[in-house]
Formats: sequence, C-alpha cells, structure tokens
Amino acid sequence: MSDSNASVPKPSSSVKLVLLGEAAVGKSSLVLRFVNNDFQENKEPTIGAAFLTQKCQLPTRTIKFEIWDTAGQERFASLAPMYYRNAQSALVVYDLTKPSSLTKAKHWVAELQRQASPGIVIALVGNKLDLCTATGEHDAAEAENSETATEEPQEGDARKITTKEAKDYAEEEGLLFFETSAKDGTGVQEVFNAIANAIPETQLKGSRPAGATGQAGQTRDEGRVNLNANAGAGGPKDGCAC
Amino acid sequence: MASKATLNSEQAIKSETSSKNSGPPHISLSKEDSEDVGDDLLREDWKPELPPRRSTLELMNVSQKSPTSSLRIGITTTRPKLQSTATTALSLADADGQLHSDELQRNSATSLRSSPSHKSLRSHTPIYRSRSGTISEIDDTTSILSYHHLPGGSDAESILGDLLTTDQRSPQWLFSHGDRHVKQDEMPFDNNEPTADFNREFDEIPDLVEDGSNEAELLQQWESKRKHFLILSAAGKPIFNRHGSDNLISGYIGITQTIFSFFESSNDQLKSFSAGKSRFVALTRGPLYLVAISKLGESDSQLRVQLDSLYMQILSTLTLPTLENLFSKRPSTDLRRPLQGTESLLAALADSFTRGSPSTLLSALECLKLRKRDREAINNAMLQVKCKDLLYGLIVAGGRLVSVIRPRSHSLHPGDLQLIFNMLFEAGSVKASEGESWIPMCLPGFNKNGYLYMYVRFLDILKEKESEEVHKSTDTTEDRIAILLISANREGFYELQKMATEVIRYLEKIDKLSTIKSAIIQGRPTTTDIVPGTVLQHFLYKSRGNLQYVMPSYEPSFITLLGRRRLLSVYHALHAGVHAKTGHLKVYHCISREHVALAWITPMFELYCIADGSVERNALAQAANKVIEYIRSQEERVFIIGGVVSHGPSTLTLDE
Repeated sequence: MSDSNASVPKPSSSVKLVLLGEAAVGKSSLVLRFVNNDFQENKEPTIGAAFLTQKCQLPTRTIKFEIWDTAGQERFASLAPMYYRNAQSALVVYDLTKPSSLTKAKHWVAELQRQASPGIVIALVGNKLDLCTATGEHDAAEAENSETATEEPQEGDARKITTKEAKDYAEEEGLLFFETSAKDGTGVQEVFNAIANAIPETQLKGSRPAGATGQAGQTRDEGRVNLNANAGAGGPKDGCAC
Repeated sequence: MASKATLNSEQAIKSETSSKNSGPPHISLSKEDSEDVGDDLLREDWKPELPPRRSTLELMNVSQKSPTSSLRIGITTTRPKLQSTATTALSLADADGQLHSDELQRNSATSLRSSPSHKSLRSHTPIYRSRSGTISEIDDTTSILSYHHLPGGSDAESILGDLLTTDQRSPQWLFSHGDRHVKQDEMPFDNNEPTADFNREFDEIPDLVEDGSNEAELLQQWESKRKHFLILSAAGKPIFNRHGSDNLISGYIGITQTIFSFFESSNDQLKSFSAGKSRFVALTRGPLYLVAISKLGESDSQLRVQLDSLYMQILSTLTLPTLENLFSKRPSTDLRRPLQGTESLLAALADSFTRGSPSTLLSALECLKLRKRDREAINNAMLQVKCKDLLYGLIVAGGRLVSVIRPRSHSLHPGDLQLIFNMLFEAGSVKASEGESWIPMCLPGFNKNGYLYMYVRFLDILKEKESEEVHKSTDTTEDRIAILLISANREGFYELQKMATEVIRYLEKIDKLSTIKSAIIQGRPTTTDIVPGTVLQHFLYKSRGNLQYVMPSYEPSFITLLGRRRLLSVYHALHAGVHAKTGHLKVYHCISREHVALAWITPMFELYCIADGSVERNALAQAANKVIEYIRSQEERVFIIGGVVSHGPSTLTLDE
C-alpha cells in the first residue's frame, strides 16, 4: 500500500520508543520479530540496553522507530529514565504466564505517567501468547460473559493473566493494549503500527500531548483485531507495510 | 583408569644450573644452534645462585635414581634409535645436548642426555616404579628442567590424561603420577576414547525429575564433568555453579560450605586440596567463596587466576561497594537476584577456562596483526573524531585488539578486557543484538567502585564472507569487528554513537576497514607460515612489557576441541613448571609421548612452544630461536606498543 504513492517522498519522522518490563518477558524477542522478523529460542538476557532502528511506512508518512530495548533486571532500573526521557512512545511488556510481570508492568506505567514526557504513547503488551492454548477470542468472550470464570486458567493452559484483567487496566490508564507472540509473530506488527498511528502528526514535530481517550478507543479496536487474528495472519489495516 | 601397574609414566630429568656471569639468553640445546638471536633483547639478570638442587629434586619427586640410563638426545642421535634401557641421565662430560651461552662461548657446558624413546620405555621400564630421574653435576649458563612423560595411564588420555592426576605433596602435582601405575604393554598408544568424553563436557545436565528417580544418573553426569566452578556466599547460599541445578548438587554445596567454615572458624584459610583425580582450589573474596574443581591438571595458581576472573565478572556487574553493602546489610543475601541475567557471562567465562584460554593463562591479550602504518592510520581515525567524554576507545576483531586509544593516566588491564571480550564474543547476548548496545559495566582493574558505560557497535563487513570463512578457520564465529567506546558519562550514548559513526566513515574513507577485514580473513598464520619448515606445531609468545601475546593458528594440528584442550594442557604444564616459586627456571623442557615442548622465560618475554614427539631437542630449540627472531622482526605489527594516548576527560566521576 505504501508503494502506491512512492513517487512523492513521504514526510519521514523519527519516533523514540522504549521497551520496559520485567526480565524475560520477551522485550528483545518482540523487537527482533519487529526488526528482523526472526525469533531465537533461549535468547540470552539483554545487558544494559540495545539501540535499534526500524522504519514503519504509513500511508501518509514514514515513521522511523528508534528503539531502546532495555534490560529487565532490577539492577538496570536506575538507568531507565535515560531511555524513556524524550521518548514519544513506550512498550510496557508483561508475560501472560507470569502474574508478577503484570505487577511490574503497572509499576512501569505509573513511572512513565509520572516521569516521562506528558504526551507519551504507552502500549501494554502481554507476550507469550503462544503458550496460551485458549484462543484469545474464547478467552475474551468468556471474560466478558462472566467475571469469575476466567480467573481459573483452563487445563493445559499456561495463561495466568486473563485478557480482561489486563485490558480493563489498560482502558483505565488510557493505554494501547495487545496480546502478542514474538515466537509465532502474532500481533507484533500490529503493536508497532498502532503506536505509529497513535502518535499525532503534530507530536512528531511539536509536543502536543496525544488525546488519551482517542488512544483508549483505538486500544479496544486493535486489541480485538489482534485477538481474532490468532494465527498471526491478520494484515495490517492501517496500511503499514513495514 | 587402572591404578596398579608397574610403571610410572613420567620421569623427570632436570638440570639446573646457575650462572655466575651474565650470559645472553640465547637458547641452545646443542652446539649447532648458535646463531645469535636478540641478545640485547634477551639479556637478563642471571641469578648467581639457584636454589639447592636437592629441594627441587624433592619438588619434582624424583626419588629414584637410575644411573644406568644414559640415553642421548643430541645431534647425532634420534630418540627412536636410542638404546633400550629406559633411563635418563644427565652428564657433565657429554656435550651432545648442550646448553651454553653462545656469545661467551662458555667452556662449561651442560649436557643433557635424556629420555629414551617411548617405544623402548614401554617395553623396558619396570624399573620405573615411581618417578625416576637422574641428576648429575651440571654446570652453569642456564637452567633446564626437563621431564619426560613415558606412556602411562591405561586410559591413554594422552597429554590430557597424563596430567589428570594429583600429587598433593608437590606444587607440580600435575606432573606427578602419584599412585597411578600402569602396565605399559597393555596400553594402546593412541587411544582417542576421551575425545567424546570431553566433547560432552559442555552438555547441560537435565533437570531433576520430581520424584528424584534420575538423581543418580544426573550425579554421575555431574561427576563426569572435568571442571566445575562453584561460587557461594559465606552464609552458604549458592551463587553460581557451572553444571547441574542447585537441587542436584545441594549436598556438595553444603559440604563445601562446611569445609570452608571449619577452616574459617579456626582463623585459617583453605587454599587447596586433592580428592582422587580432582584438584580443589578455593578462593575467598570478601563475602564470597569461590571453588574450582578440576581434573584438567592446572596448577593451583592457574586455577586461582581463573577464580579471580569469575570474581571480577561479579564485580563488573555489581561493583565492590554494592557487593559489600548487600552482604553487610544482610549476610544471607541471595546474590543470584542482583546477578540475574549474568549467569551466561559467568558460564561463558568458565567454559573458556575449561576449553583452555591462552589469554587467561598468560594474563595477556592478543592483537590483530597489522602493518604499523595501517595501525597508525586506524588509531589516527579514532583520535581525529574523538569526543570529549571518551575514556577508552577500542576496535576489536574477534577478541583481538586492532586499535586502542586511552587517556595518559590509565592503561587498560588485560583482565578487564577479557571480561569485555567474554561478554562480546563468547556470551551471546550482545553479539546477537543487531543494533548498538549501551552497557553499564564496572571494570575492576580500572576501578572497582563504579560503573563505566560502554558503547558497542558490531560491524558487519564480514557478512558476505561468512559462509566461505566457516570452512577456513574454527575461529570465525567470533570474527566480528566491534567498536567499543567507553565513557564515564551515563548519558553519553548519543555522543559516542556519533563518534562511532564518524570513525566508521573515516575508516571507510581511508580504506582501512578493508585492511582490517583482510587481516581477519587471513587469520592467524600457521607455524610454517611464520617459519618455513619449522618443526613447531604451535607456540605462545608473551611480551611481558606489553602484556600481549602472539600465537599461530590452531591449524592444522589442534583444530578439535580436545586437540586444543590438550595443547592448552601442555601450555598450562609448562607455565606451571616454569613459574613454580622454587624453580627460578629460565628454560623448561618437557617431553610426552606425543609432544616435546619448551618454555623459555626472560624478563622480556615468555615463550612456550610445542612440536611433535619425534622432534629432537636441538631442533626444538632452534625453532624456538626462529620464533623469537620472527617476533622481533614483526614486533610493531603483532603488538600494540603502548596504545595511543589521548587526552581523556579531565575529571572522572564514576556512578556507583
């Protein structure tokens, strides 16, 4: 789609993005999937932080993500401000199979809301969807039907955090919300597309804060897309061809 | 491994001489090797007296004299032709194997007659019930310690196997065969059985199943590992172990801690002990106990260096004040948590020791061989675009230094660089990352108390070559070029990133990236590239002033994991022998079934070299001289002399 208007160079802008979250939730794997469309089993922990770039083509502009993939270990936490300072977007990642990781994610969200630039677009991402046998829609549907039923994970399912739980929290805080699998690729592209779209053009040059409610609305939509497209085949709706 | 047999597979010949005059340290084991090699370079202080020979004898456990042995190794005799009585002898009168200082043409010559062929020994050596050797009156000029491995060890582990024994009485326990006596005739000469065994050394031990039914099997696997490292806190909490889960070896950890605290409670410090074939070496560092358990035959001090390096890795993660704080606040701290994510660094370091690391053995670094002019141009490129916060700037290719710039007041510590290289080239985390990295790191040799920040960028200029490279050299996996820029400013990333980009652009402009690239592709030369027709299979040359070493390719003789380990075991043995505190040796010569080897120490350099077992002693000495000659002629290519001094940041405050 982006090729259609290739004759006219699209305006290009850089977006600084930081990934935060507990150790071993899959931050680097998400980035590796996004940047190289690749996955490594048993990836060794990131040391310090890695800096990567990747372009994302939108219909009207090109977004160049400058990605800070930070180490999740506690001892690196004090360095985080250096990475999220001036960041226009943040990906706060948790592990769907590990409740403590959502708690940690909430801490990061709170810290970002307190300390980062006011307009920062935050996406909450539950990773390792491939370990969850229940399909997202089933889970989500269940979650909507009965509040309690989904509290108990289904047999053979490693999922410990229901879609509803995380999604409710994300809506409350005005975050984009996704469930992804860096391993099979489900939802990864969508996360970055959504972030690229959520950053208002004005913000790319100026500093007008993004409308929080608008993002939240989008969150729901994107989340739905993601959940339905469990096989990872769902094409990007927004025309991002990166 | 058969424990009863008639023959000790080793005998030691040792001649030690003291020289009253200063003689040039040209090594010459026979009269014919008298070309002069770098006397000025090699001149050293000759000790007027050497320690009493007697004590050294005891040290080597050369308890039984065999005066009948008078086999010669010399100009006219090759060992396979030697007489069959298996003995060793040194005699003053004999001039065949002569040590002399060529320049002064000292009349007093030491002659060495040594070591019958292994063939003859194999069939005629029942008299060697234990270590045997003969020492005769020897004159001065230099000292030689020579020992001979007779075929020994029913397991036929060759060099590796020969060293896998302990003798607690002797610092050179690795040479001593203790109670292992083997029937020579039954021993196959070349048995590669342990090959597979060593290849399994790095296999992970699976987890314990819940009912514990596989425990015995797993413990057996655990015990079969040739090398272990344990790190625990003074309170007994496990911090790191290379093999097996905590559950599996909790018993061993408990025992280790008990032994430690027993000694601690009597205000004593446990240093080392042997149990069976394993050597246990312990190191206490503040609140940490570090233990190495090795069947590979390193000396205590070599193992201690390895443990110290692991400790430095921990410091480089935490800094000393943090480590001390953690334990002073709560002695029962579980250090695994703060160290989380660095297990792979510790494991990679431990494995490099198990495989054998010349760099750690020699406490020195290796450089990429470049023309002086090229290196100057590269250095210059870094200086041209240097940013003000830069502390150290390095270009590294696969663990070999290409260029270093440093502030006037600080040099780089080999230990620190080893930690960095381990992180970048051995452990996968940074290497795998496609982008740039910003890594807070304490360099303990530089300053134990705070962090520096390291910018790392790998260059992919070799990518297109990779597939063909794989066949060429075993080293290729680590042959990537990295630019490392180190600063004390935690916010310095963008500044250093800019500098790196400029360095790369500059290097491209002056076409030096391709120079580096071709130097990498060329790889290390083989020994025969270096000295055409040499008998040497491999050598290590350490420049003591530069703390750097040179070595040829492992090809063609030492390409396998085991082959390389055996080579490194020989080097460890040589290194231990020549550095034994009581020795004061300058030259150390050792012979095994497969190899003859030589260590040669002067104030300027250390040379360790190895040749096939059939090579004559004088040929070996001659070859060693040729290497020295080569290094001298190439000195400015193979070493970075001094590094480029830059004006570093005027003040340096480290983050704690």
